[in-house]
Amino acid sequence: MADSVWGPISASAAPATTVRPRHSVVVRATHWITTLCFLALLVSGVEILISHPRFYWGEAGNVLTPPLFKLPIPASRATVPTGYGYVLPDQNGWSRYLHFQSAWAAVLTGLLYVVFGLLNGHFRRNLLPARADLSWKGLSAVIAQHLRLRPASEDDAGSYNVLQRITYLLVIFVLFPLVVWTGLAMSPAIASAFPAAVAVLGGQQSARTIHFFVSVLLVLFLLVHVVMICLTGFRNRMRAMISGRVAPDMDRI
Amino acid sequence: MSRLSRRKLITAGLAATAGTAGLAAKLAQRYGLIPPDGGGLYGPGETLTYAAQRLLTRHSLAREFNPNQVSRPPFANEVDPLGDAFKRLQEGGFADWRLTVDGMVLRPASFSLGELKSFPRRSQITHLACEEGWSYIAEWMGVPLSHVLDVVGTLPEARYVVYRSIQTDWWESIDMADALHPQTLVAHGMNGGELPVAFGGPLRLRVPRQLGYKSVKYITRLTITDNLKRFGKGLGSASPEGGYAWYAGI
Repeated sequence: MADSVWGPISASAAPATTVRPRHSVVVRATHWITTLCFLALLVSGVEILISHPRFYWGEAGNVLTPPLFKLPIPASRATVPTGYGYVLPDQNGWSRYLHFQSAWAAVLTGLLYVVFGLLNGHFRRNLLPARADLSWKGLSAVIAQHLRLRPASEDDAGSYNVLQRITYLLVIFVLFPLVVWTGLAMSPAIASAFPAAVAVLGGQQSARTIHFFVSVLLVLFLLVHVVMICLTGFRNRMRAMISGRVAPDMDRI
Repeated sequence: MSRLSRRKLITAGLAATAGTAGLAAKLAQRYGLIPPDGGGLYGPGETLTYAAQRLLTRHSLAREFNPNQVSRPPFANEVDPLGDAFKRLQEGGFADWRLTVDGMVLRPASFSLGELKSFPRRSQITHLACEEGWSYIAEWMGVPLSHVLDVVGTLPEARYVVYRSIQTDWWESIDMADALHPQTLVAHGMNGGELPVAFGGPLRLRVPRQLGYKSVKYITRLTITDNLKRFGKGLGSASPEGGYAWYAGI
């Protein structure tokens, strides 16, 4: 009974066909809320970024400081020398409002997901790679299968392979916390309350630069994630993440 | 049965979330943790940020840096053209520049620049970050706003300080946690000299725990109040009227 919420839907709940349970309702709900938040964070983040597309290392940096690097794009502020003869419209007001509201929604959703995942064994069961799979042999077999673009095996429709497990764990427990941390480290108020959280990163401009790179990694993850969904059977994967069930015979559709 | 229990659980979950949010909103209201722009589409996010940061940072001190970390040269952001009134005062060496303090105070006053400079001074090397992403470190010198408020005697009901610039489009406000904070300065000096006009001289309110746009340049008037609804469109400051958040601690 509680299974329907805490873990994969119990077999008895599924009709007696080839349709099998796949994702729990918590995984599905948090997945789609996070998707919406991530897209809002991405759009607003890009808008904020174009007001100053230069990056620095250390505590302080401005147009009089040599940048670590700069993006070859126009800016939404006339004070930034970009080489372009025009200035984009300022969108920072709503972008900042939306960025922080989406960040709150993403963090609260993420906390809910992690608490449920720890309590019901989702991480242990579905995401922690088996010891045997972490051997060179196991890893290289999966990598070779991906490089040859061989379709996923029947088993993969019901669970994650070792590369997926490692990637998802990295995104959930490394990239996501890091992007939140570096975001908060840019806040002058948070920096006053937790100065060590800024110092460890190398300063507030370093935090901004790391925030940018972690965001790039998250976007790369999103692209690969969506491409893999398309390659391995878009309809069935979407069905699994929306309704919670898979039909293995639909895999190649 | 499984479907029924799930529906029940989701309903219960949503009800619990709504109940918790409702209770939290009541408590936030009670303890003054809702920002003046806490309504509307982005109200929940703004309220969460302001409430969380107020709870975590009420007394925290902005980081202070070593003299060798001061940005040389610092970057002066663009300012709108300064009008004739400013230029006349500038020609007189700002001798006639005044800071008026009114509102919920026992002794409304108008201080000259000279009087403000005779008040106890505090100097600090802090980071100024613009919402755009750039920043610089500078040494700021001035009289703590809390001292000015002591001199005029704020009433216990006071909740916000509204501050206005000679550039009438620019006005801001901060809560008493920031107004009474020891590092919030009515700044008249920078990097060992007078505060240059490009950086807000002769007088700038420096709020080091918030982004640069809360540190309004060329301030002429402070109004102490318990209700921001009476000012402008009632959103707290010119920033929300222009689409920017009132609280800029992030």
